[in-house]
Amino acid sequence: MTRTTHQPDGGSIAVEVRNLRKEYATKDGTKVAVEDVSFSVRRGEIFGVLGPNGAGKTTTVECLAGLRQADGGAVRVLGVDPQAHPELVRSTLGVQLQESALNDKITVAEAMRLFASFYDAPADTAELLRLLDLDEHRDVAFGKLSGGQKQRLSIALALVGDPQVAILDELTTGLDPQARRATWELVERVRDRGVTILLVTHFMEEAERLCDRLVIIDRGRVVAAGTPAELIDSIDAGRTVRLRVPAGETQRAEHILAGLADVTSVTTEGREVVVVGTPRMMLAVERALAEEDLVPDGVRTVSRSLEDVFVHVTGRTYDPDTGAESGAGTTTRSEGARS
Amino acid sequence: MTATATTTSLRGAGRARTGRRGFGAMLATEARLWLREPGTVFFALAFPTVLLLGVGFAIPGMRDPITGAEPPWEGLVAIAAFVPIVLAAAIATPALTTMPVHIATFREKGVLRRLSTTPMRPQAILLAHLVINLVAVTVAAVLALVVAQLAFGLPVPESTGTVVLSFVLAVAAMYSLGTLIAARASTASTASAIGTLVYFPLLFLSGLWTPGPMMPEAVERVAQFTPLGAAAQAMTAGWFVQDFPTLQVVVMAAWTAVLLPLGVKLFRWS
Repeated sequence: MTRTTHQPDGGSIAVEVRNLRKEYATKDGTKVAVEDVSFSVRRGEIFGVLGPNGAGKTTTVECLAGLRQADGGAVRVLGVDPQAHPELVRSTLGVQLQESALNDKITVAEAMRLFASFYDAPADTAELLRLLDLDEHRDVAFGKLSGGQKQRLSIALALVGDPQVAILDELTTGLDPQARRATWELVERVRDRGVTILLVTHFMEEAERLCDRLVIIDRGRVVAAGTPAELIDSIDAGRTVRLRVPAGETQRAEHILAGLADVTSVTTEGREVVVVGTPRMMLAVERALAEEDLVPDGVRTVSRSLEDVFVHVTGRTYDPDTGAESGAGTTTRSEGARS
Repeated sequence: MTATATTTSLRGAGRARTGRRGFGAMLATEARLWLREPGTVFFALAFPTVLLLGVGFAIPGMRDPITGAEPPWEGLVAIAAFVPIVLAAAIATPALTTMPVHIATFREKGVLRRLSTTPMRPQAILLAHLVINLVAVTVAAVLALVVAQLAFGLPVPESTGTVVLSFVLAVAAMYSLGTLIAARASTASTASAIGTLVYFPLLFLSGLWTPGPMMPEAVERVAQFTPLGAAAQAMTAGWFVQDFPTLQVVVMAAWTAVLLPLGVKLFRWS
């Protein structure tokens, strides 16, 4: 029996997902985990799959890794169909699964040696441990590692087969902010070695910081796709400035600003006057206030984030833990405060 | 780092071997990790010996010949009647307590899932643990027999072949039962609870608390249909009696034939 050899290829596209669909049987019928997801990952990029928990991200990853059979659509990893030939994908795809631990007694070096032994052409384990800042913990047992160290070992194990594509699922969940930022740097180092990275996350900030391009998934569907900047710009080109003015001056401030050409709306929230307008609005506001000699106590420019993109496309606030509806509303993250 | 600059076509070269590559490393690593758990090592390797020595030296009269009993017990050193039961316990303890807990832990911690994403198949880690357990139970049994022989002087088995066959079948039946428990338990604590729940009644039916002639006939009749009761009775027959324990041998084979395929079929990989 001869079988066609599938050379891992796929041209400039490393991972392709087309109209993926996956349902699970539950007690009361079927639950659709992935309704319709499509995206393609180019070689050499960090591509994000972003969305609240329960949106269908992990199911998508499991179909890509050949761990689950999809109910519809097509997936390709380096030109190979992992659904039909999971064994061909395992040597070229490194997978770091969410909540995947090891025996508490195994040391870092033992785990690396063990996993390296599964591959025909493994990576240099000593070099990988250096890359992931684990070389001084070589002889530490898994149970004694910190959360960040465990995650780094998990990345190292995903890379030990010297894969061309690595899937990193919820890499920084449970890490403190410092360990999280350190992990982000490592992901960039790994990408710089030429590994294409599919980053699955529910952290908006993580996706915004790391991803070259991304899709936002909600309730099993892609609701937005593009670069972080494209997505943020797409929702609305407007800018928002919040001015804190001296007590009793809010009405005067509102009056001065409401008539300006670049301003679309002015509202008062307590002592803050919220001005929305075009990107040129900032200059006009400052000039107008200067002419009237109204000096604000504080000025905050409110920048848009991926969270606003999520709110814009779904009409719901972003709740990473449930993905459940919690009413429409805008969450804004402020940046560049100057007081 | 030139070693990692493998070309695409080279990556495909050794595919025929994927899935088997690394089993030696897996077995060696798992064996090392197994030896790092003092509780597991004690119960699998030393427990049978400690049990035999404890009963032999702590309970009065255990080193004296049995008097006033029916053959084959009459005149036998009392602790000898206990030996087949301890061998049965040596098999049951790791099969029902440590092995299912280990496997459920792999499932709970995502070890099986992680292995599923590599060229190594997750079945390999189960196979490695089966090998480790078979070696351990053999070492434990030999150790217990050698120590008991030195301490108490045991009679030579009437039929060594029957004892060995019964021991092997007992291992098959008990590890099949252990596999069934390990197949479904989603967490280590569930596996531990179910294992313990099955373990103690089976130990009772093997005669741990009523060795040799002390087991009531009604209990003995029930016990011969249980895997561990049949094991103890078959080894007892091979050791002290000349008749072949046909019923008990068939009972153990039947348990294996039913439980093992069921455990394999029901096994949850994640």
